[in-house]
Amino acid sequence: MDLHYSEEYEAFRREVREFLAAGWPLVGEEAALPLEEQASRFRARAIEAGYLARNIPRQYGGSEQPPDAFRATIIREEFRAARAPGDVAGIGPSMLVPTLLEKAQEWQKEKFVGPTMRGEIVWCQGYSEPGSGSDLASVQTRAEIVGDEWVINGQKIWTSGAQRADYIFCLCRTEPEAPKHAGISYLLVDMKQPGIDVRPLKQMTGGAGFNEVFFTDARTPVDWIVGKRGEGWIVSRTTLKHERNSIGNAAGGVQLLAGVVRLAQRTKRNGRPAIEDPEVRQRLGVIEGFVKAHEYAGYYQLTCAGKGKEPGRISTMNKLNATEIGQMVAKLALDLIEEEGLLEPRAWQRQAGAPDGNTSWVAQYMGSLGSAIAGGTANIQRNIIGERALGLPRDAAAQKS
Amino acid sequence: MDFDLSEEQELLQETVRQFLQNECGPVRVREIFDGETGFDPDVWRGLAEMGLAGIYVPDEYGGAGLELLDLALVAEVLGAGAAPGPFLGHALGALAILLGGSDAQKKEWLPKLACGEALASVAFAEPGGAWQPSEWTLAGAAVLNGTKTSVPGGGIADVVVIGTAGGGLSLVERAASGVGVKPIAGVDRTRRIDELVLDGAACDPLPEGVAAAPRVRDAGLVLLAADAHGGAARLIELAVDYAMTREQFGVTIGHFQALKHQLSNMVTVVEPTRYLYWYAAHAFDHVPEDAGRAAAVAKAHLSDQYMQVARDTVEAHGGIGFTWECDVQIYFKRAMFDRAFLGTPAVHRERAAALAGW
Repeated sequence: MDLHYSEEYEAFRREVREFLAAGWPLVGEEAALPLEEQASRFRARAIEAGYLARNIPRQYGGSEQPPDAFRATIIREEFRAARAPGDVAGIGPSMLVPTLLEKAQEWQKEKFVGPTMRGEIVWCQGYSEPGSGSDLASVQTRAEIVGDEWVINGQKIWTSGAQRADYIFCLCRTEPEAPKHAGISYLLVDMKQPGIDVRPLKQMTGGAGFNEVFFTDARTPVDWIVGKRGEGWIVSRTTLKHERNSIGNAAGGVQLLAGVVRLAQRTKRNGRPAIEDPEVRQRLGVIEGFVKAHEYAGYYQLTCAGKGKEPGRISTMNKLNATEIGQMVAKLALDLIEEEGLLEPRAWQRQAGAPDGNTSWVAQYMGSLGSAIAGGTANIQRNIIGERALGLPRDAAAQKS
Repeated sequence: MDFDLSEEQELLQETVRQFLQNECGPVRVREIFDGETGFDPDVWRGLAEMGLAGIYVPDEYGGAGLELLDLALVAEVLGAGAAPGPFLGHALGALAILLGGSDAQKKEWLPKLACGEALASVAFAEPGGAWQPSEWTLAGAAVLNGTKTSVPGGGIADVVVIGTAGGGLSLVERAASGVGVKPIAGVDRTRRIDELVLDGAACDPLPEGVAAAPRVRDAGLVLLAADAHGGAARLIELAVDYAMTREQFGVTIGHFQALKHQLSNMVTVVEPTRYLYWYAAHAFDHVPEDAGRAAAVAKAHLSDQYMQVARDTVEAHGGIGFTWECDVQIYFKRAMFDRAFLGTPAVHRERAAALAGW
């Protein structure tokens, strides 16, 4: 056991630091460019240097580096410390691109991968439907071939970022006679067309991050399908493999804990800083136990990724642990902000021109619940852990379907 | 960056696991648990022959010269097997002499302790829950007078390291005059505890005792955390086995989501704790600036979670889980030991908070 990086990696870290010191922020005339343009120019240079889009082949605009979890972590750490733009965030680069690289035809990769990685085109994900949440394979949105186009009718829901997206990748039922899982196809669809209607859903936080997307004779070319007809379910599962590689989420818990400690230092209880209150100290200590365990489990998984070793069942638990930490922090924070817990979340306070005080914690209080639902509810996570990590039987209802 | 066990460490765990399976399986554990002394000299001799009595003791004194992580890895396996015996007190007693003793004291005791020929223990607690070195009041120079409590294996140890006023450490031989041992009706019958009544007992202070005492305490916290991880993980196996065999309504009860989710919650809490105790053990030898805090966090979290998992496992077993006959109770009581020994989770959370400057 050794928590230090070897000299080879420390040298790499120095190299990344030098690159960042020289390359970000931009200087001279470039510093006057719009921020997005600055970020995009910087990213192009970082890709050229091999620091971003590392697992994307060069022919599609990536830097095609050999997989190396330690280098990837060092890059993430150093870019974050320098506040430099990293890989473009979002569902396109993180979920669609790995799927395309594994399953798409050559022309599809050429057309979509590069622009998605550069942030030039933005995607949303059309999976959930009003009747298909945890039971995703029951999707009902239909697609039929008419001439040389798919014609799509139906509705998607909880579609994050649909207002801004250029395209949607979605699961549609194309073989209605086939068994549930075998009747689905994975289609790519242009959002900017009359057959698509996006209606924002107002969330309990007051924001509108996600939407309903209605398809009424929406169209997409017949060859904008990833994989074959009826293989959409398998194609969509490809993404899960890649999702499991994302092990950086422990940093979120560490930051949340640091944040709520600072909150306890600046709020009062009985006229003294809340951090001096024995009950607050105990609750922070309880949370810290979970945060540290999750953090070191991350060290282990990083080590495994570096060695090419399977980390085992811990990888099924990362999301649920991150969710639980978020919820514990939320509850403590709400107690610490006392009467500010009567206020609307921060975004609303700002709109109303009021000082936002500690109302970002009101947003976190609600938002922590969102992460217990998005991307597979906590109860679905518990099913997965029970079945895959503990080997318990699938429940009766799921076996029948 | 290599936060993983070496092949030797995995082999060490596997060897101890095999030994327990052969020499101290559930039936034998039960006999010792129900027996008079809670101690099986044959099992202890077997462990000592494998070198487990002197894991941390340097080669020059006949030990294996390994690290606290190795000691903790063994503690995990012993915890998983609910292995009865004096491992914890012995390891801490030897560590105290190593870290705080004079050359003469080390030469006299460590070779005997490392091979298991002599047995050590530590007497830290004083009545009223005073476990921490800063809280010790037992005073004396050439002889000691007063009471120490919750001494693991106090009745069988040859030498006991006593915590004294001012946070120092002093050696007392159990057979010496003025040393009285009273067994305590402890809840964990696999790790018996005794009260030590010292009445003019001759003692031999460790010259570096004041510096060594908090380190020994921290090592104890790590070993308890490791034991807790082993025990909690084993309980989850027992609960899952039961869920896969017990039938109701015509199916095994593991089919029911209510139970499945309870078991999932248990494993989701326990699985990451392996890495929490690994880190604390590693920090003891390699990250001195974080070692004390890491040990406190690990002990607080793990002993708390072990207790909760033990409660959940009783529940998951239904009526049978509440019986003396069911092995779950043995682990339940070990969890109670791990929780209370060297101070409750609340004590160590407060210490960790103070160490963080909160």
